Amino acid sequence: MSTTDSSPPTEVRDWEAVQATPEFQDLRRRLRNFVFPVAGLFLGWYVLYVLLANYASEFMSIKVLGNVNIGLIFGLLQFVSTFAITAWYVRFADKRFDPLAGKLRAELEEDHK
Amino acid sequence: MSVLAQGGVEGSNPLLNIAIFGVFVVVTLVIVVRVSRRASSGASDFYTAGGGFSGPQNGVAISGDYLSAASFLGIAGAIALNGYDGFLYSIGFLVAWLVALLLVAELLRNTGRFTLGDVLAFRMKQAPVRAAAATSTLAVSFFYLLAQMAGAGGLIALLLNITDGFQQSVVIAIVGAIMIAYVLIGGMRGTTWVQIIKAVLLIAGAGVMTVWVLVLYGFNFSALLGAAVERGGETGAALLNPGKQYGVSSVSQLDFLSLGLALVLGTAGLPHILMRFYTVPTAKEARRSVVWAIWLIGLFYLFTLVLGYGAGAIVGPEAIRAAPGGANSAAPLLAYELGGTLLLGIIAAVAFATILAVVAGLTITASASFAHDIYVNVIKKGKIDDQHEEVRVARITAVVIGVAAIFGGILASGQNIAFLVALAFAVAASANLPTILYSLFWKRFNTSGALWSIYGGLGITVVLIVFSPVVSGKPVSATTGNSPSMLQGVDFSWFPLDNPGIVSIPASFLLGYLGTVLSKNKADTKKYAEMEVRSLTGVGVEKSVVH
Repeated sequence: MSTTDSSPPTEVRDWEAVQATPEFQDLRRRLRNFVFPVAGLFLGWYVLYVLLANYASEFMSIKVLGNVNIGLIFGLLQFVSTFAITAWYVRFADKRFDPLAGKLRAELEEDHK
Repeated sequence: MSVLAQGGVEGSNPLLNIAIFGVFVVVTLVIVVRVSRRASSGASDFYTAGGGFSGPQNGVAISGDYLSAASFLGIAGAIALNGYDGFLYSIGFLVAWLVALLLVAELLRNTGRFTLGDVLAFRMKQAPVRAAAATSTLAVSFFYLLAQMAGAGGLIALLLNITDGFQQSVVIAIVGAIMIAYVLIGGMRGTTWVQIIKAVLLIAGAGVMTVWVLVLYGFNFSALLGAAVERGGETGAALLNPGKQYGVSSVSQLDFLSLGLALVLGTAGLPHILMRFYTVPTAKEARRSVVWAIWLIGLFYLFTLVLGYGAGAIVGPEAIRAAPGGANSAAPLLAYELGGTLLLGIIAAVAFATILAVVAGLTITASASFAHDIYVNVIKKGKIDDQHEEVRVARITAVVIGVAAIFGGILASGQNIAFLVALAFAVAASANLPTILYSLFWKRFNTSGALWSIYGGLGITVVLIVFSPVVSGKPVSATTGNSPSMLQGVDFSWFPLDNPGIVSIPASFLLGYLGTVLSKNKADTKKYAEMEVRSLTGVGVEKSVVH
């Protein structure tokens, strides 16, 4: 059965104290310093693409390779950037985030055994 | 019988289509019954399969949940007829997943158990915020359900040549009944397996057709584009360039921008997608799910690019426009040109399976939201004696929603499907996403901010749509003699855009901010500390059932 909540009662733990620890602040900073700029980056890149398709269709219609034009290449680049950011984030999470988060979790769970 | 055997799309054999679809239904029902035997009867199992799926399994199921018939038939058709502008949809639908990956999936998994309400109400006053979360969940699910069921009606006309209203209604009712059976017997566990099987069939089917088309053009994509241009006649050259559909005027350009925003910000607010993150045991598995989903969905949209231009080149826009179902028939017609009646039958069955799987996922999400958020936490104030009561309420709700979807689908039959899907995305992007992001990342956010952004986002979106040209006031089209608007012969529209996203999304963010800073109540800093520590470290996430 999975229905019982195995976490300790919330009133037992001083969450604000945990939140204030340098380790947790470091974890929080790592996550925010990665996800906010990258989110800004890909949303900006996407909006740029939509704006170009919308308002610069002559530029996007310039043929580059046979019938393949700049618009199509830009569109395919959105696929490439999505895949690349996915891989980049997984690498960040594996190397920079998970080890620290796992350590903190283990410490917190140890405290309440 | 002779009428039936002729088929809606030329070359279609309805009996074969029904037979292949029947095999899918029987196989999936057997699997649903088998996996449900291993289930326990608790709420956790019914809503989230006890969180026991692996990341890759869930990733495949997410793509099964996300790639609706609208995206398969709709996007392929849009590319075939409008070329590049159809491609723009798939880019929005894909890039949107980065929002879910980076900002939402893992933190949501660590903070909630069953519903969106779990996360939004975590550090707020339970009853009002849960009621608000359930309201927007039910609204999004209902619009999305209507779109799928209305799509089922169109698909039936297209593939089985049933144009008679009553017979179409019967088929919609059958589809609804099968869906209710999946949900009641299998809960989330069974529904997930249906989605997995459907995703594999859909992606494999589209993949085979894609390779087939590419072989015909010697793997030269430029040659395929050239053929589509040639077949397109006078307007053929425009197929390759942006603006064929949306570049008509400055209003339509703004409309496209608005749609683009709703697509990219809506996905991470769709409740049936969010709920899938609870079916895995940990945040890391939630991350793996999204990574799998991004690869599969991205691959699929690349396929639709080839299929769309392939249909334009091989079937030709005139034949597509003339077929019953119009643009939606591009992919089935292409299947027939490539692999004859058999491939058409398979693709038709896959399209039906797609509707079934998506509808089942929506129904279970809506029923969980009603039972868990409204019944247990608002009506019963969090005090129920046994979990079986909650599951019983969820099951009854699933039947009610299923029946409502059947009737709604019958009434909405013939309505514009894309409009209903865009409405669901606009509500999700406006009412849900700002509230989720503020809850997870903004310390000061409080109950009144949450209520303002949910109800405000929902209200603004619905009002703008009611007074948009989608509902009334589009000029009568010369070819069909009807106005493309929902209502004929009246015009009360004052909002110029079809999609409200460009106004409603920033407005909801603003309302969430204003509601927070203007209210006298303070954010609960203790609960925020708990939420933040839990969401980032995953401490206290319950162990899953192994299965």
